[in-house]
Amino acid sequence: MRKFDTKIQYLKYKVLREVAKHSWDDTLIENLWDIPKSISPGKEPTMRCCVYKERAILAQRIKLAMGGDKKNPNVIEVIDIACDECPAAGYEVTDSCRGCLAHRCEDVCKRGAIVFDHNHVAHIDKSKCVECGQCAKVCPFFAIVNRKRPCQSACKIKAININDDNAAAIDNNKCIQCGACVYQCPFGAISDKSYILDVIDMIKKSENNSNYKVYAVVAPSIASQFTYAKLGQVITGLKKLGFYTVVEAALGADMVAMAESKELAEKEFLTSSCCPAFVQYIKSAFPALLPYVSHNLSPMAMLAKYIKETSENAKVVFIGPCIAKKSEAQLDTVKPYVDSVLTFEELQALFDSKDIDITSLEEDVLDNASYYGRIFARSGGLSDAVEQALKEQKIDFTVKPAVCDGIEACKTALLKKSKNVLDANFIEGMACTGGCIGGAGCLTHGEKNKSQVDEYGREAMEKTISDAVSVLK
Amino acid sequence: MKVTVCIGSSCHIKGSRLVVEQLQNLISENHLENTVELAGTFCLGQCQKGVCVTIGDDFFSVTPENVVEFFNENVLAKA
Repeated sequence: MRKFDTKIQYLKYKVLREVAKHSWDDTLIENLWDIPKSISPGKEPTMRCCVYKERAILAQRIKLAMGGDKKNPNVIEVIDIACDECPAAGYEVTDSCRGCLAHRCEDVCKRGAIVFDHNHVAHIDKSKCVECGQCAKVCPFFAIVNRKRPCQSACKIKAININDDNAAAIDNNKCIQCGACVYQCPFGAISDKSYILDVIDMIKKSENNSNYKVYAVVAPSIASQFTYAKLGQVITGLKKLGFYTVVEAALGADMVAMAESKELAEKEFLTSSCCPAFVQYIKSAFPALLPYVSHNLSPMAMLAKYIKETSENAKVVFIGPCIAKKSEAQLDTVKPYVDSVLTFEELQALFDSKDIDITSLEEDVLDNASYYGRIFARSGGLSDAVEQALKEQKIDFTVKPAVCDGIEACKTALLKKSKNVLDANFIEGMACTGGCIGGAGCLTHGEKNKSQVDEYGREAMEKTISDAVSVLK
Repeated sequence: MKVTVCIGSSCHIKGSRLVVEQLQNLISENHLENTVELAGTFCLGQCQKGVCVTIGDDFFSVTPENVVEFFNENVLAKA
């Protein structure tokens, strides 16, 4: 059964695994210089022009696995030597152009940017072209292509530029840490910083949770991950790693649904606070709409706060599909509650760093939240939960949600709201397509993810949000 | 007096919500709101004995069925 979508993820995983392995037995420093060669051995390159470049890039990946550049506040970084400087010229005619007679490309171009040479082969005059792409659509030979860097295509908010060395560069003022570029770069040149060393250190110094207790708070999208094993086995695996216990972030989502629905009824318009990338996007691109952002903490932070307030000596590690959560955990409002954040990718590396084969473990249980808390993991779930919470709390208010699936949809809704033409009173903003199940820190992304989350939701013992949160009072 | 009920996954499945609800009712029926504090926690480390309840350092294994008995003996009698 495949564990990752791409070979890039597998490579990143190998680095994380090796770094973690040496960290558990305090041998990281003496082995640090040997890790690149252990991953890229021999003389024949398998990824780049030579093994030396492969190892140089691996050294940079190791740095990221160890927390990355401390001076850069962004949790996402470009490994400049790994950037392949992909072509970025925009629309170009390729050698598939057969020099036909019809010249549909010429007819459709309103700017007169298509010119022909003596062989009737088309060329695009870049001084006139506006990159509309109409010529590419009409060419019967598909001879016109759009040469765009995958990172720039992935970044719908245009936070990636090309620097003087022709490598990708992230504009930290625009970047919302969604991680779309991390997942989409075909050369693995953009990556998230990892805090696995902090977590390993935290677990080790807890001395079997005697000095303090390390709580793992897992995101509900876990239902669509580690599908080669049972969810209960993942829970046992987490405890084997050294976590004291595992709690569903979905219970925090239940708490958020209750609070956010009340806030919505009071203010009569609200944008959701669950997705840190969406909230960051409002901060950077739509500051005028900031008063509408829900004042509630995210489900992660809400539950972590509850744990810290009710349990002495607790430390909380959030484990989810999300890179932006690493950033959220550094906010002053969240820092006191969440000690560190891991992605599912990193969790897989941690399991294997300790040779924990989760498929061979007994099944433990995970059941804290309601159906509604659990479906926060997919687009539309939050809106359903808010509607349900209004009903359960007998609040006479009709929610009219704008369910925004992906950052482009978020942008459209926010633009409409800023012009006061949005026909909705609640914006559910999810930066990743599909919701959290589309997160960049997921091991795999697939068609079945949504149904897996819904199925997991239906398995919850508590059917209503009120029942799920009743134990917290 | 602080009564702490485990609301972790294992105890939740064994009925910690019902234990919490009954305790809440019993506390208000007996007007003990000012003397008994009811609290939740995730995992008391003895999952097989759930629903786990502690009063100070004393550990109790409670079920939704015997919660009244537990309350009378350990909360009401000592509050």
